[in-house]
Amino acid sequence: MSRTSGTSRRAVATASLALSGILALTACSAPGGSTTDDSTADGGSTASGDFTCGTDDVTLSAYIETGFPLATALFDEFSAQHPNVTIDVREDQFAVITQNAPRVLADDPPDLMRLPQVSDLAADGLLYDLEDAAAHFGWDQWPGSQLEQMRVDENGRRGNGPLYAMGLNFSMTGIFYNVELAEQIGMTEPPATLAELDAVMQAAKDAGITPMAQFNGGATGGLAFPLQGLMASYGEPADINAWTFQQPNATISTPEYARAAEHLQRWVEAGYFAPDVNSLDYSMMMSRFIDGESLFIFNGDWESGNLDTQMPGNVGFFLVPPVEDGGEVGAMSAPLTYGISARAANPECAAYFLDWVATNDQARTIAVEIGGSHPMGPADAFMPEISADSVTAQTLAAGATIGEDNGAMEFIANATGAIYATSWTPNLQKLVAGEIDAATLLATVQADYESQIGN
Amino acid sequence: MSATRTTGTSGVRGAVGTTSHSQEDRRRALRARRLRRGWVALGLVVPAAVAYAVFVLRPLALTVQYSFYKWNGVTESTWVGLDNYTRLLGDARMLGSIGNALQLIVYFSFIPVILGLLAAATIRKFATSRLALVSRTVLFLPQVIPLVAAGIMWTWLLATDGLVNELMRAIGLGGVTRAWLGDTNTALPAVGVIGAWVALGLCLILLLAGMSKIDPALYEAARIDGAGAVREFFSITLPSVRQEVGVAVTVTVISALAAFDIVYISTQGGPANSTMVPGLEIYYLGFFSREVGQASALAVVFMALVLAVVLPIQRLTREDAR
Repeated sequence: MSRTSGTSRRAVATASLALSGILALTACSAPGGSTTDDSTADGGSTASGDFTCGTDDVTLSAYIETGFPLATALFDEFSAQHPNVTIDVREDQFAVITQNAPRVLADDPPDLMRLPQVSDLAADGLLYDLEDAAAHFGWDQWPGSQLEQMRVDENGRRGNGPLYAMGLNFSMTGIFYNVELAEQIGMTEPPATLAELDAVMQAAKDAGITPMAQFNGGATGGLAFPLQGLMASYGEPADINAWTFQQPNATISTPEYARAAEHLQRWVEAGYFAPDVNSLDYSMMMSRFIDGESLFIFNGDWESGNLDTQMPGNVGFFLVPPVEDGGEVGAMSAPLTYGISARAANPECAAYFLDWVATNDQARTIAVEIGGSHPMGPADAFMPEISADSVTAQTLAAGATIGEDNGAMEFIANATGAIYATSWTPNLQKLVAGEIDAATLLATVQADYESQIGN
Repeated sequence: MSATRTTGTSGVRGAVGTTSHSQEDRRRALRARRLRRGWVALGLVVPAAVAYAVFVLRPLALTVQYSFYKWNGVTESTWVGLDNYTRLLGDARMLGSIGNALQLIVYFSFIPVILGLLAAATIRKFATSRLALVSRTVLFLPQVIPLVAAGIMWTWLLATDGLVNELMRAIGLGGVTRAWLGDTNTALPAVGVIGAWVALGLCLILLLAGMSKIDPALYEAARIDGAGAVREFFSITLPSVRQEVGVAVTVTVISALAAFDIVYISTQGGPANSTMVPGLEIYYLGFFSREVGQASALAVVFMALVLAVVLPIQRLTREDAR
């Protein structure tokens, strides 16, 4: 009896010793805090207001997205024009960059970094404030819509406030089509109304062709692309931006957007998407479209260069048509966002690079030819010659239309850091599975949005 | 825990033995020896204990600590008490992920253990032949393949135009073909099939090793008594490998509850969260939603759940061993 109690007493003693040891190790202070204090101090002290790379040897550290050659092509050209600048590049997949962004910006601060949605990062004081650079270089003279997604006010809302990032170019989304398949079903020119688009997709389906190979599998609900296109046709792009920029009382649970979501639901029910849309990923969508297995894909002009190479002369592009002929259109359009860490060693040189990308003729040519998208910068700036029958030319022209209609929108998936993965994706997948209807989709996403903003 | 208990018991046992004359000398000598032995033992244990404390216990304690805060991983944190836990209880997505993990136990554990038993019992009969070697190798091979590769391979096999659906069409089952990983009703079982395929090899090898220890005389005796293959299996084979079954169940149940790689590669928790598991949800919460506190709370609850499931299995197998 006494033996047992001796053993258990000793066990208790050991356990409590271990526990106190662990508590001592964790020191029991609240986590976080110190990093940002440092960053504000460092960020403030390094800025001298002289936005050049100087003449001394400089090494810029860059953290970029792998698989897209635009950034490295620009780096090569920049180093060639500025021999004193070396660029030290680290590459990762975008998902990895997204999950590492706060820690990398705080602990291993790069001079240039591909950024996910910036509002949280800016609000946490992790990004270099580019307002002085914007004034110095005259970025504030450019069309305002180019920069508004990268402005963050003191409440962490985007659209207004200081500039915290810059684009290497800005992309445009819409519908790409396979020209051969289109001719086969009698589509000679892009549909001018949503009703015409419906008719074309029905004709494709009747001919045994998948009308639209959209991805919607895994954690990436690609039906958000057509949904937002339809929302812009039924509603106002400015209202959608108010929602993605978290303006007070913004909602997507409205009659116009309900009609847009119902339209999407009709497409689902009519079988216009591939039967395995809920397990289709982005790369499968691209390979099916390139292999001529589907008439349409909703995608962005970052694929223009690729498609011009893979299926030359066989790809066309149009924007999601309006409800009625001649109506205004909208498109998701977003800068390819790059920012500077608040603790970066060479913020002025990095800012100079960002200005060079938008203003140097050679850099603008690279932005178009390799990036496939429109360069940043003033509306009347230099544009490279593009072959008229390429899809790149068509996407650039569509960009001009969107500019006229003031129809540029930020992607609805970027409204909050988590809304895409936790709300849009699962709910769009449920819509496909027939588990919820269009109205429930919007109401659920709106509820999640409000709870995430309230956080 | 168990190590502490063993040293404690042996120490007490040593003390009980001292009951003869010149007690004072003996006791002193004994104490010196015990002290020396204690220092040596301590010296041997310390490096491992430090590593364990730094890389296991400290993160564990920090996770518990974080679970009481609202923290984005970078800026100031706020103490929120049990809020993260109460939120968890009302969140269908997080609770659903725990439910999915429990369902995966059927696929990752029960099915491979049962199939492994049957396969091992069959292979045992021709244990020395070349066929046994080949079948053992073939069934064990999935264990050698990295889980990520297995996941990618199975997403191809289970796609609408993949081998699984092609075979079904070939034998006239065209009506049931579908995107197995893209259908909210079939995605979780489809992920389970991948896990079962991977775990079968491990179970088979474990059970086969257990069966090789069985005395062949038992089978001979049974046969003389007129027992058939089924009777042999239930009366001799199964009772003899109870311990191995316990190990196989424990290991596979843990792998089911801790599933991440296969799910991340094949469905990323979709469609419509039908394959969301706690490991993945913790990762999304921590690294995408940047809710470190909430992620930690789920991790703590989940750890408690794993212990609640695995400890009884451990106890069962220990009793079996007696």
